[in-house]
Amino acid sequence: MNNEKQNHIINYLKKDLRFDGRKREDYRKIEVETGIFKTAEGSARVKIGDTEVLAGVKFEVGKPYPDTPEEGTLMVNSELIPMSSPKFESGPPSPESIELSRVVDRGIRESKAIDYKKMCIRPGELVYSLVVDIVPVNAAGNLFDAAALAVWLAIKDAKFPKLEGDKLKYKEPTKQKLPILTEPVSITVYKIANYYLVDPTPDEEEVMDARLTVALTEDGTICALQKGGEEPLSKAEIESMIGLASKKAKELRKYLR
Amino acid sequence: MEKSELKVNEKDIVVPGEVLAQGMSYLPSEGTYRKGEDILASRLGLVRIDGKVVKIIPLSGKYLPKKMDVIIGRVTDINFSGWNVETNSAYPAMLSMKDATDDFIRRGADLTRYFDVGDYIVTKIYNVTSQNLIDLTMKGPGLRKIDGGRIVFVSPTKVPRIIGKQGSMVSMIKKATNCNIIVGQNGIVWIKGTNPEDEIDTVDTITKIEQESHMSGLTEAIKKFLESKGRTVVVEEQMQGGNDEL
Repeated sequence: MNNEKQNHIINYLKKDLRFDGRKREDYRKIEVETGIFKTAEGSARVKIGDTEVLAGVKFEVGKPYPDTPEEGTLMVNSELIPMSSPKFESGPPSPESIELSRVVDRGIRESKAIDYKKMCIRPGELVYSLVVDIVPVNAAGNLFDAAALAVWLAIKDAKFPKLEGDKLKYKEPTKQKLPILTEPVSITVYKIANYYLVDPTPDEEEVMDARLTVALTEDGTICALQKGGEEPLSKAEIESMIGLASKKAKELRKYLR
Repeated sequence: MEKSELKVNEKDIVVPGEVLAQGMSYLPSEGTYRKGEDILASRLGLVRIDGKVVKIIPLSGKYLPKKMDVIIGRVTDINFSGWNVETNSAYPAMLSMKDATDDFIRRGADLTRYFDVGDYIVTKIYNVTSQNLIDLTMKGPGLRKIDGGRIVFVSPTKVPRIIGKQGSMVSMIKKATNCNIIVGQNGIVWIKGTNPEDEIDTVDTITKIEQESHMSGLTEAIKKFLESKGRTVVVEEQMQGGNDEL
């Protein structure tokens, strides 16, 4: 049946169509919303079609890593809760969940989008650390792009809480936002047979041959890549996938406002 | 005996626990139960009164297996005596070998030549046990393994709307889009057309029915919708006084 489903999807792709009537390079309707949680310093909700992802940012203070004594830290975690998809099970983090948070983390970290040096309180002793959590409410395909967008919007939304002594007063937020240098956008391009597509549905994710997540900064610099799927990709294929990703990244940027 | 009296009107929206009727001369049916001498609602939905029988047409909800329903299921596992089937309901379903085929199957034979894991089948519920285990059969007209096409999930409560009076709605869509459609009572719909455009129009139409199933003049609205997609629609003769509302 899977093979049958794949052939059926390929028949659609041949005519530049998808199961829901979209074209290969079309995204579903995207909705974004920020500041949705009272208890987090920054938060965002992103809907791409039926997919809905929440992201929250918490500030903490702690010791910096020994190799970067003057820099704040970033931590991204995700939990693929069973409520969001029949494919997710409860229990220890699945490889999918780890991959999702690592890819989102890398996209932001490697773009050097946050000025970590400005998150330092006392070099080598005390720095701010950002803890970002990703929770899908409904996983109906394309979690990578939705999560990356939600996390970035949540980071942009985040406001430092007041620092008193060496403790954070979470109930007293300041107006100070995170020092942001550039805005990364992450696009995942999927390959099924000889066709490239973006924003897959769960059906398409199930039958894909390969996928490539591309994170790009504002000036179009590629800052992170992640390849997934069983099939290998040639150099030419990677180049055209990156080409498509940069094209779509420009479109997605308008949701960053 | 006290005088029996109805507490609600036809097509009223009721919530679980609401008193629908008092007295023993009314009878509780689907979605209702009797408590003392009252009939109470057990589901959220529209009231339907049919003579002395009070029932509720639910607005939403999971599929509840019913005897003799033709459904579409997905084979999830093969065991020593048959197939386990996922039916979009909360209860497990079994298709045993003797109900699947008339062939003689040798002990230890490869059952995947009949149905493999992941295959979709059109099947019929021939029994629902007291424990809500579902027994399926493949013996009956049109019951078979599905070949090609695509699967769409709809809300099981909207299935009667998609089928229409005596299949009028589904045959209208079939003729307009040149697609083969099977609507399972469990809300799984199979669509197969000769080209993707036809199938997409069919899916759009079914989605539209699902969204607007509560509106009056649904057949007319769907006819217009199909025509707006450049399809020619032939509406079949309806029965006199036919009402596709409930």
